Amino acid sequence: MTADAPVISGSSVVKLARGVRLHEDPVRGQTVLLAPERAIAVDDIAVAIVQALDGERNLDRIAADFAEQFDAPVDEIAEDVRTFVQELSVRRMLEIVQ
Amino acid sequence: MSDTIARPADTVRTLPRVPPPMAMLAELTHRCPLACPYCSNPIALTQAKEELSTEEWTGVFAQAADLGVLHLHLSGGEPAARRDLVELTQAASSLGLYTNLITSGVGLTEARMNSLADAGLDHIQLSIQGVSPESADRIGGYKGGYERKMAVAGWAADAAIPLTLNAVCHRQNMGEIDEMIELAIRLKARRIEVATVQFHGWAERNKQVLMPTREQVERATRAVAEAREKYQGILVIDYVPADYYSKYPKACMGGWGRVGLNVTPSGRVLPCHAAETIPSLSFENVREKSLSSIWYEGDAFNAYRGEDWMPELCRSCERKKVDFGGCRCQAMALAGDASATDPVCIRSPLRDRLTLEVEQLSAPSVVAMNYRGRA
Repeated sequence: MTADAPVISGSSVVKLARGVRLHEDPVRGQTVLLAPERAIAVDDIAVAIVQALDGERNLDRIAADFAEQFDAPVDEIAEDVRTFVQELSVRRMLEIVQ
Repeated sequence: MSDTIARPADTVRTLPRVPPPMAMLAELTHRCPLACPYCSNPIALTQAKEELSTEEWTGVFAQAADLGVLHLHLSGGEPAARRDLVELTQAASSLGLYTNLITSGVGLTEARMNSLADAGLDHIQLSIQGVSPESADRIGGYKGGYERKMAVAGWAADAAIPLTLNAVCHRQNMGEIDEMIELAIRLKARRIEVATVQFHGWAERNKQVLMPTREQVERATRAVAEAREKYQGILVIDYVPADYYSKYPKACMGGWGRVGLNVTPSGRVLPCHAAETIPSLSFENVREKSLSSIWYEGDAFNAYRGEDWMPELCRSCERKKVDFGGCRCQAMALAGDASATDPVCIRSPLRDRLTLEVEQLSAPSVVAMNYRGRA
């Protein structure tokens, strides 16, 4: 039997869970995502996605906004966002708002 | 405030460049109402009057942040035994450190939990000794401890502080692993650490009572694998298997002096909590030296960095970059030589003797537990 693991889709609305936050690390000159017993170095794209997880827009909306902002194909961006967010969800770093 | 001490030149020894530490364990006090027979504190416990003051700890936290520490673990003993716990949390949090409280729960109240949340506490790790008042309180040596822990978990949830359960496993409670994981789900923990006891200090004294059997360890490993699948996305399970039953040693501390450091209640700085069991090492104190110079230049930290210290068996082994030669304190305890290959390794000449010893230790026995601080 599998318990109800959250499924991430384009209509998911999420934000970082309490206890998970971005941190500027001046010593190593990088941005890290801090969580219990975890520090994950994140690149500019990951930072942009994390900052977009505002608990208000769903993932499709966020992808559409990025597509417009960066003049890039929305399908590709949507896929990247979903994959990344799914990964954060498995690591228990997100609060699923909707 | 910030240290300007240059990093040691790489030419002094063939050391790789020493990275800044990621994590610091601050043992705020050795005082604790519990008496777990596997406590990681040393046999010789530090007295309250020797503890660093609020200002001294705050200064150490600032140095740690400057040095590159990201995670600060506020531990003990029982950190709630410090009256200034909220103040210390506040200070660490305002420095941008990720603050993690490692607690038995005893000494916390609902009001104090809310103050910790307001102070910016990022995360709480609550120890459990068992899944019922009878088993938990027997192992912790503290009546009423289990009930208090259940209340603390509820207060943490109410204050929206994310919770990890810490379950140290050994022969006395390893059969309860499934129930421990279920308990984590019930208490709305996001994470559980299932860590097999490490045989240093107090646990070393209680080997005969605590050594799990091979069957227990195999069952536990299966239970963890199944639960990880079942609770994916709901509960993160970190598992430290019993290295005595493994083929290769653990990558202890992620490598000596590579990832983290410990500060004892009186300010001594250690590469790991058991490092004081190695008699050839001497440890420096934050009351006398900067954290930066201790990390980069201290003899104790450089003693087992890199590969120069390794015996030929390890130096010629491709796994040296995986496990860094294993655990120095375990080599000390089992081989009588902190520079020896960790005797857990199947390539160690001592492995066969260890296997026999473990088999004997894990046999049923009627030996009483030596409770921490009471034996």
